Amino acid sequence: MTATIEPEIGKARLRKEDARLITGRTRWTDNLTVPGMLHATILRSPMAHAKITSIDTTEAKKMRGVVAVYTAKDVDPESSIGMPCAWPITPDMKAPRRPMLAADTVNFAGEGVAVVIARSAAEARDAMEAIEVDYEDLPVVLDIEEALKDGADLVHPDLETNKNALWVFDSGEAGTGASVEDAIRDAEVTVTRRFRQQRLVPAFMEPRSVLVDPTSSQLTMWSATQVPHILRTMTALTLGIEEHKIRVIAPDVGGGFGGKIGVLPEELLTVTVARKLNKPVKWTETRSECMMTAHHGRDQIQDITITAKRDGTVTGLKVDLIADMGAYLGLVAPGVPILGAFMFNAIYKFPAYRFACTNVFTNKTITDAYRGAGRPEATFAIERIMDELAVELGMDPMELREKNWIKHEEFPFTTVCGLTYDSGNYEAATSKAMELFDYDGLRREQKERRDRNDPVQLGIGISTFTEMCGLAPSRVLGSLDYGAGGWEHGAIRMLPTGKVEVITGSSPHGQGHETAWSQIVADQLGVPFEDVEVLHGDTQSSHKGLDTYGSRSLAVGAIAVVKAAEKVIAKAKPIAAHMMEASEDDLEFANGKFTVRGTDKSTAIQDIALAVFAAHDLPDGVEPTLDSEAVYDPENFSFPHGTHLAAVDVDTETGRVTLRKYVCVDDIGVVVNPLIADGQVHGGLAQGIAQALYEEAVYDESGTLQSGTFADYLLPSAADLPSFTTDRTETPSTTNPLGVKGVGEAGTIASTPAVVNAVVDAVRHFGVNDIEMPTTPMRVWTAINGGPSDAGGLGSESGGGLGSIDVPGGQQ
Amino acid sequence: MIPANFDYVAPAGVDEAVRALAEAGEDAKVLAGGQSLLPVLRMRLAAPTTIVDLRKVGDMRGVREDGDAIVIGAMTTHYEVQRDPLVAEHAELIKLATDTVADPQVRHRGTFGGALAHADPAGDLPAPAVALGAEFVIAGPSGRRTVPAAEFFVDFFTTALQPDELLVEVRVPKHTGWGAHYEKFNRVAQAWSIVGVAACVRADGGTIAEARVALTNMAATPVRATGVENALVGQPANAESIKAAAAHAAEGTSPTADGNADERYRKHLAEVLTGRAVAAAAGS
Repeated sequence: MTATIEPEIGKARLRKEDARLITGRTRWTDNLTVPGMLHATILRSPMAHAKITSIDTTEAKKMRGVVAVYTAKDVDPESSIGMPCAWPITPDMKAPRRPMLAADTVNFAGEGVAVVIARSAAEARDAMEAIEVDYEDLPVVLDIEEALKDGADLVHPDLETNKNALWVFDSGEAGTGASVEDAIRDAEVTVTRRFRQQRLVPAFMEPRSVLVDPTSSQLTMWSATQVPHILRTMTALTLGIEEHKIRVIAPDVGGGFGGKIGVLPEELLTVTVARKLNKPVKWTETRSECMMTAHHGRDQIQDITITAKRDGTVTGLKVDLIADMGAYLGLVAPGVPILGAFMFNAIYKFPAYRFACTNVFTNKTITDAYRGAGRPEATFAIERIMDELAVELGMDPMELREKNWIKHEEFPFTTVCGLTYDSGNYEAATSKAMELFDYDGLRREQKERRDRNDPVQLGIGISTFTEMCGLAPSRVLGSLDYGAGGWEHGAIRMLPTGKVEVITGSSPHGQGHETAWSQIVADQLGVPFEDVEVLHGDTQSSHKGLDTYGSRSLAVGAIAVVKAAEKVIAKAKPIAAHMMEASEDDLEFANGKFTVRGTDKSTAIQDIALAVFAAHDLPDGVEPTLDSEAVYDPENFSFPHGTHLAAVDVDTETGRVTLRKYVCVDDIGVVVNPLIADGQVHGGLAQGIAQALYEEAVYDESGTLQSGTFADYLLPSAADLPSFTTDRTETPSTTNPLGVKGVGEAGTIASTPAVVNAVVDAVRHFGVNDIEMPTTPMRVWTAINGGPSDAGGLGSESGGGLGSIDVPGGQQ
Repeated sequence: MIPANFDYVAPAGVDEAVRALAEAGEDAKVLAGGQSLLPVLRMRLAAPTTIVDLRKVGDMRGVREDGDAIVIGAMTTHYEVQRDPLVAEHAELIKLATDTVADPQVRHRGTFGGALAHADPAGDLPAPAVALGAEFVIAGPSGRRTVPAAEFFVDFFTTALQPDELLVEVRVPKHTGWGAHYEKFNRVAQAWSIVGVAACVRADGGTIAEARVALTNMAATPVRATGVENALVGQPANAESIKAAAAHAAEGTSPTADGNADERYRKHLAEVLTGRAVAAAAGS
């Protein structure tokens, strides 16, 4: 008998897709060329809020290579086409129409006003310069609190308000907990804080790009999107094209982080102009366009009140958010803060909770999902205020957390929001992290340095986070008025030679699905890892799916593949029995073979695939195929958790923060590929730390994005970050057959508060109890010296560097 | 990103390059390593009519010794400057400042002369050039002229170079045996300086005999911190006297306010960083 095959799940396999992705020698959308293809360039408004008084395209139309120049009246004469918003969070939510091109009014700097189609991208770009647009200023709405006041200037006067919606959850009213007002009234200790979630740019590596070929039976759209299936359906619904006449392909896609979850005006505009001209048309944005017009993330004001007993037992949590939607609504934007509603209570046993979020329109780029989408904001607020409560109580911040968190023996645990956490072990992850970090040793060093007034002070920050991911049970999405389900599709094709094609509806954009799915299917079917090919992102092969976001691929998409594999085995079984002249009841399947119990007879799955292909001798009534598909709708979310610890050095003379040590122990359930999991954690940490220390999208008072290049919008590189210590505990999810939870967002969600808590901890003895993100050197230094916590951010002059060059006469 | 149309010439020598500039008129641009020019072209922040590419001009590259100075060709890359033994021995300050420029890719393409001629107030090489009293050798239609560093930097992105002139090489007086340090303060490794301090100190038996200090990004052009220099000379190279001298760093400056630093914070940084730079240069 053959030896047992070593399981693929758990192997740190190098990723199949990396060679082509890293070298760029692959099918990025902008690399694609089809015969007769034209190029589109979009002229964008420099004004944040203005009436368009005239657009003159005469000169542009005469320029070399120009095929057409269109404005709103050409592409949408009825002014009826608007970008879809799939998440009407309340029945009375206000939803302004977002056109493909602005017709009469521009509502944010970067909104498209005209499109040039030319034979080459360069000719299109040159002609764009020749379009003359006259604008008449309208009042610019930027501040979300001012926007809500009576008599405020309005982004969309026809809506008569800047308020998009108010969404409330109250545990007293929902019957899932007590009244938070009672908790506040009876509180022994109350701490209230205002936190600000600054605006962030998702900063995916590949800018957005779309190519539309309208010349075949199915109009084909290639797009650098993370949601090809949603894009297909929405394109049909929005433009009135029959769905079966559209094929969408997301070829290799270079990152998304939520930033490619939209259904874009640029995508539908490219479809529209390609159809008008009956020619293939490609649009690819520049990095500057991307930063100005692709949706941003975060941007909330958070007013948080926490109540507790003197002994540290928390008794209530009240959350009031104001969230900036920007000028219009993104595909899921109104629901992004709502995804956080269920996470502010985090791992703690709050008896009373109230959440209210007011979404607001401003004359800025729209916001929408960005890695974590609502949950990083929630985790930040709760983990920051737990530290503030600990100070108020004179307790160690970890001791306070431990006193209030759900103990491992209390799972499954139903929270004050009504969610049931299936599993977790906060004690195990925390004790491992504390040991790796040397928490006690660092606290001793901190005291020693504080005592001798060291100019460089040490700060220690904690974040014991959980998240809800694996989006999502369809019935829950329904109860939240989301416009779709949360299932995923998977299929398996057994080829005559015994090789396997796996089809997944979850659409990778860098995550490593091809490798992980191959490992999972290799185990399920007992075939070699190398014999599995994973197909994705093309609605012609992967015909059904809900794509990739919310750490859903493994916990939902891969489970659909597992279910499909189970069906393959079930179909193969009667055929195997027939081939071996045995009874099905005597068969066992393991390691890719059916064996007849008590004999040495066996038949490999590959042999059955060939027999099915030939179909010469199958049992009566058996369909000659092993191919199978499944749709999996999760019964619950998954709840990864972990303990993250950060140590920072703060140079009190300059305010510079140096991240010195970062330890995280994540519990993401069963790990399919440790290398991929580590990569997700490392990248997630970098992104979350960047929010704490570096990144901010800053607008000036006229609504112009000041941080519009990577010279001004600071992304950290490896040189700016320490070597992370990452480890894991493994508490399997009990709600899916693999026991997996998801890891795509964990690092980002957990790390931001750990770092800010550490920064504040380092300088708290100067009387500092908050510093706004990003905690820039000037902000930290100003706070140490008794100034405000939000210094700087909006400069009035240029201080050198690329962003300040606008003088053509300067010498090189 | 696609630049506006321009004419392109790649002359083979300095004289030919100067002629090309004269022919092209005042809207020509010189392309050296391209690390500042190309982004500006691609973003259409500049639209020169002609690009004069120096990549074929071989006699502008390399470092040589010339009496009491070393001479650095304008087309010498940052990478070459970092590794040049003459620079390390006689003008270590320039090597140390060059080490902080951007990232390895930029240092392989970007040039010493290009960075100086670009005259970015946040660039890291102008301040060391001013501190060391470098001289800029400029070729024009009527021959060559030499401009001292203090006169070369005129304003924000503006130098003494005329549109038909070319920076050929930079003479740096030898500072052999001097201690040097460049203290750069930025938010991420690849970012421009918020403030930088170039310090060069000659110590004699524990006493500071000579000191040269210049500041990056405290004005539209690099600022020589003469107050600091005067306060250092003759003083013991210890923490106390360095701190007292560094308190003069921001004297007479009125730096810009941007998102990273307002005027007050920049002045404070200049003092703190000057203290650190001088201490490191003096080895104390």
